[in-house]
Amino acid sequence: MQIQLRFFASVREAVGTAQESLELPADVTTAGQVRDYLRSRGGPWAEALAEGRSLRIACNQQMAEGCELAFFPPVTGG
Amino acid sequence: MAVRVQTQDFDLTTEISALRANTPKVGAVVSFVGTVRDLNEGEHVAEMELEHYPGMTEKALEDIVAQAKSRWDIFEALVIHRVGPLKPLEQIVLVAVTSAHRGEAFDACEFIIDYLKTQAPFWKKEQTPTGARWVDARVSDDEAMAKWAQR
Repeated sequence: MQIQLRFFASVREAVGTAQESLELPADVTTAGQVRDYLRSRGGPWAEALAEGRSLRIACNQQMAEGCELAFFPPVTGG
Repeated sequence: MAVRVQTQDFDLTTEISALRANTPKVGAVVSFVGTVRDLNEGEHVAEMELEHYPGMTEKALEDIVAQAKSRWDIFEALVIHRVGPLKPLEQIVLVAVTSAHRGEAFDACEFIIDYLKTQAPFWKKEQTPTGARWVDARVSDDEAMAKWAQR
């Protein structure tokens, strides 16, 4: 399954990209598993998406073809 | 349009005039304006950069306004939030609400800014004398939002 990934704020800066298309392995089926999968890239990915890190994940719909997943830190507007 | 995300500044008087134009049933207008402070967490802030998630941010703001409208007897609610580079003294955000009586407008306005702070995808990056830093989310903002659940 192909999904779109978006990264914002400190997460975007840490991983060095704002978005990418990703072909998911068959066994990666939840947002949490996508986070684990990206973390396995190591380096800044392992650090920015580390388990203890406070992180928000947004999905435009249930995991499905064409889904856009976004990773970002807690929000600080206003 | 009840929700706007924009780089340009806004004028409070113009926005409120438009919000209550030709609507004599309005008896109360409450507005909140958030501005850039020059000091945060003990450090001088020379400039900040506001980032957002185009699409999701607008949807989140529209959802917050819809919640306020369903919860209080208000007529109109407007949210303008700026993005991009901003300096101390500049305006960041405007929330304005109209209603027949002040109580509903005060509550709805406070509800909208409290929810915005924790639910709408905006992020601030500050330039300080010791370098750039991303602003951490505040526990006090979560608490401010949580108080609306108890009412």
